[in-house]
Amino acid sequence: MELTTVWFLLIAVLWTGYFFLEGFDFGVGMLLPILGRDDTERRVLINTIGPVWDGNEVWLLVAGGATFAAFPEWYATLFSGFYLPLLIILVALIVRGVAFEYRGKRASARWKRAWDVGIVAGSFVPALLWGVAFANIVRGVPIDARAEYTGTFFTLLNPYALLGGLATLTLFGLHGTVFVALKTHGEIRERARSLAVRVAAATIVIGAAFLLWTQVTVGKPVTWATVVGAAVALVATVVAIRAGREGWAFLASGAAIVLAVVTLFTALFPNVMPSTTADTYSLTTTNASSTPYTLEIMTWVAAIFTPLVVLYQSWSYWVFRKRIGTADIPVA
Amino acid sequence: MDQLDIARWQFGITTVYHFIFVPITIGLSVLVAILETAYVRTGKEHYKRATKFWGKLFLINFALGVATGIVQEFQFGMAWSDYSRYVGDIFGAPLAIEGLLAFFLESTFLGLWIFGWDKLPKAIHAACMWAASIGTVLSAYFILAANSWMQHPVGYRINAETGRAELVDFPAVLTNSTTLVTFPHVVLAAFMTGAALMIGVAAWHLARGRHADVMRPSLKLGAWFLLVASIGVVISGDAQAKIMTEQQPMKMAAAEALYDTVAPASFSVFTIGSLDGRDEVFSIRVPRLLSYLATGRWDGEVEGINDVQRDSEAAYGPGDYRPVVPVTYWSFRLMIGFGLLALAVSAALLVFLRRPRPWLWKVAVWAIPLPILANSFGWIFTEMGRQPWVVHGLLRTADGVSPNVPAATIATSLTVFTLLYGALAVVEFGLMAKYAKAGPDEAAAPDDAERPVAFAY
Ligand code: HDD
Ligand code: HEM
Ligand code: HEM
Repeated sequence: MELTTVWFLLIAVLWTGYFFLEGFDFGVGMLLPILGRDDTERRVLINTIGPVWDGNEVWLLVAGGATFAAFPEWYATLFSGFYLPLLIILVALIVRGVAFEYRGKRASARWKRAWDVGIVAGSFVPALLWGVAFANIVRGVPIDARAEYTGTFFTLLNPYALLGGLATLTLFGLHGTVFVALKTHGEIRERARSLAVRVAAATIVIGAAFLLWTQVTVGKPVTWATVVGAAVALVATVVAIRAGREGWAFLASGAAIVLAVVTLFTALFPNVMPSTTADTYSLTTTNASSTPYTLEIMTWVAAIFTPLVVLYQSWSYWVFRKRIGTADIPVA
Repeated sequence: MDQLDIARWQFGITTVYHFIFVPITIGLSVLVAILETAYVRTGKEHYKRATKFWGKLFLINFALGVATGIVQEFQFGMAWSDYSRYVGDIFGAPLAIEGLLAFFLESTFLGLWIFGWDKLPKAIHAACMWAASIGTVLSAYFILAANSWMQHPVGYRINAETGRAELVDFPAVLTNSTTLVTFPHVVLAAFMTGAALMIGVAAWHLARGRHADVMRPSLKLGAWFLLVASIGVVISGDAQAKIMTEQQPMKMAAAEALYDTVAPASFSVFTIGSLDGRDEVFSIRVPRLLSYLATGRWDGEVEGINDVQRDSEAAYGPGDYRPVVPVTYWSFRLMIGFGLLALAVSAALLVFLRRPRPWLWKVAVWAIPLPILANSFGWIFTEMGRQPWVVHGLLRTADGVSPNVPAATIATSLTVFTLLYGALAVVEFGLMAKYAKAGPDEAAAPDDAERPVAFAY
């Protein structure tokens, strides 16, 4: 396989990992006021993701860095072109990260409420905008001969992309709800289970609409398999949660995310950012990539260190595998 | 201001802001790891309380280091897309490796450290802080390798067809002479920063006669750490100056506002005048010191701005190759000055620790910001002194900015970042002061063992 193809795959893997992992902590953040009725319950929710959310976010940083290293043209065109949406995402991620850390640092109820708003908004906004961004990448945007994006902010707000945003929003919401059902016991768990069924209904409708639209416009024959697979995974999520098998439900909602991302990247290949201005201006895995030497070095680094990272991150999930509930929260 | 100026202000503000928290993280993580190791080895309760206390301050700071770091990862692509296209083949690699090797290590093991107090065996728990601390140092190495390449490009060739830089020798990039001297300088400066914070807070409590069991060992550890790190910073800074004079003679000339080549060259401690080489009103000079700093010989020749300008025009074509001299001149002195003051404080503390005087505590508290200021001025000097180049000798800053992002867009993000960062600074400062003044918890809560989970959030 060409190294450029390997790196396209690796970057797809990084984004998939990011959406699988941060997907559930976005979901927990968004649904904080719905799943957690009082301060103690909210602390339970935040503590289900407390030890891991920062590590999950690093998947994004590495995806960004790897794109810079392996496909500098893609990195440059994408982030300068999508400047304003990215700014909004950055602000959301900043506020959210600080909110987790600072929320409990003062006793005042107003202080906590203010940071709760930060957690909810900071989770909601990226969950929506990542979908908008990826839908636009797959659909293509105006790019000129010098690989510069020539559209505006509003070019990005087309119906297909907005539907994509809703799709990631609901998917992450579902994934997060299932995660809460998996990691808590008592009333919160029950609430999460019944909410998950309702969120799943919305996710199935919106997700199916988005994936079918994708399939019809830019899909390939093989992506039918992943589209259907994603739909099956969503239904399986509902079945498992109803049966009280939260572990299976979590794997199923995660599988839905993975298959949706795989659909998008498969539809994209071998482009990385198609141009709607002219086909010849599209950025591809070959014309946007680094030199073979750089890719070769990066391949070695990735091959050695990625398994190590997966190993110790898994260990950390293992250490914090226990369910928690309101009884575990010490009185402040 | 045009688009380029706005983009530069944005990069400068966000990066210097990021680098307020970074050195505190690097410095405090190793100090906390040392204290926890002391607890594991001796089993003494006051070490555990010290670990928890400094750990709390560390985490309040860490939150902002992470939050502002996310912006760093993406802003090259956002505002500096032509720069990213030009250097991506080389510059992206260390950045990606930093994420993979360092950020994962830091974030995962800190998560384990924060929430693992009663889930992990003591020694493993302490090892988690060491892992995070090693992560911070690795992060510094790779990002500095990237930055050093911009100061002194090595291991590359220019592709004649695309006009861009391409990597030909990665080990050369990682062992760039500039990286090898910059890394110890910056990491030791970060150690100074963490140590000064520890000393200042400990002194504040000792002056009030509180928590002496925790604060006295902390003060001693901090003072020794600060002293040794400062000496290391001076030694590595001296080595850097020689390499810099070789690689970027304009920067050294601008650091002294030296217009004409001389031998031997004196170093001015400060100057009153316009620094444009004409009407110097008054200055205090140390004879031959600049010669030594720049060349390692007391009678060495140091090139002046006018001569380097002439050489640069011959090499790169007509243009103005001079940075803003008052900025380089003063930032260089402020870096050294604030750093030496911090060194003096640690020496004074160690001398008088047996019979402490009230003034000593006050001085120690005021030492907290000294290394932070020295760090900021150090970066301002390094980066402004490189202008007009963004990659020395290869790419001008003006050619690196994103061509398709309008000035108004960058002005928007600059405003957003400035307001957001300003607000966060107020919040963080308030929390730091609150928790620093509250001091360590009294003897560990007896119910610790019964609780199924220890919560930090
Ligand atoms: C790309 C790598 C890179 C790295 C690792 C750094 N810098 Fe830099 N710096 C630049 C790349 C750069 C730049 C892209 O070259 C800038 C932007 C505009 C400019 O003039 O140079 C710059 C400018 C710049 C400025 C403003 C100078 C000016 O406007 O002329 C400051 C104060 C700093 N930097 C400070 C830092 C700090 C504190 C860093 C570490 C945390 C740092 N730089 C790392
Ligand atoms: C301009 C280039 C820089 C970029 C692109 C950058 C990128 C980042 C990013 C993305 C993070 C967040 C990581 C997380 O979530 O854990 C971060 C944090 C960090 N960075 Fe930077 N950084 C830059 C400059 C520097 C420099 C020069 C150093 C060290 C000398 C440094 C040291 C650190 C450390 C220690 C952290 C840990 C978090 C903290 O500070 O609290 N960074 N950086
Ligand atoms: C006698 C003392 C010192 C000397 C001779 C010295 C020398 C230097 C030199 C020559 C540079 C520029 C390197 C380049 O651009 O190529 C530099 C940069 C820097 N200095 Fe210092 N320095 C001293 C003290 C300090 C102190 C006390 C601190 C902070 C606590 C500090 C922090 C920095 C930082 C953060 C940079 C920017 C990064 C870099 O290029 O290394 N320095 N120093």
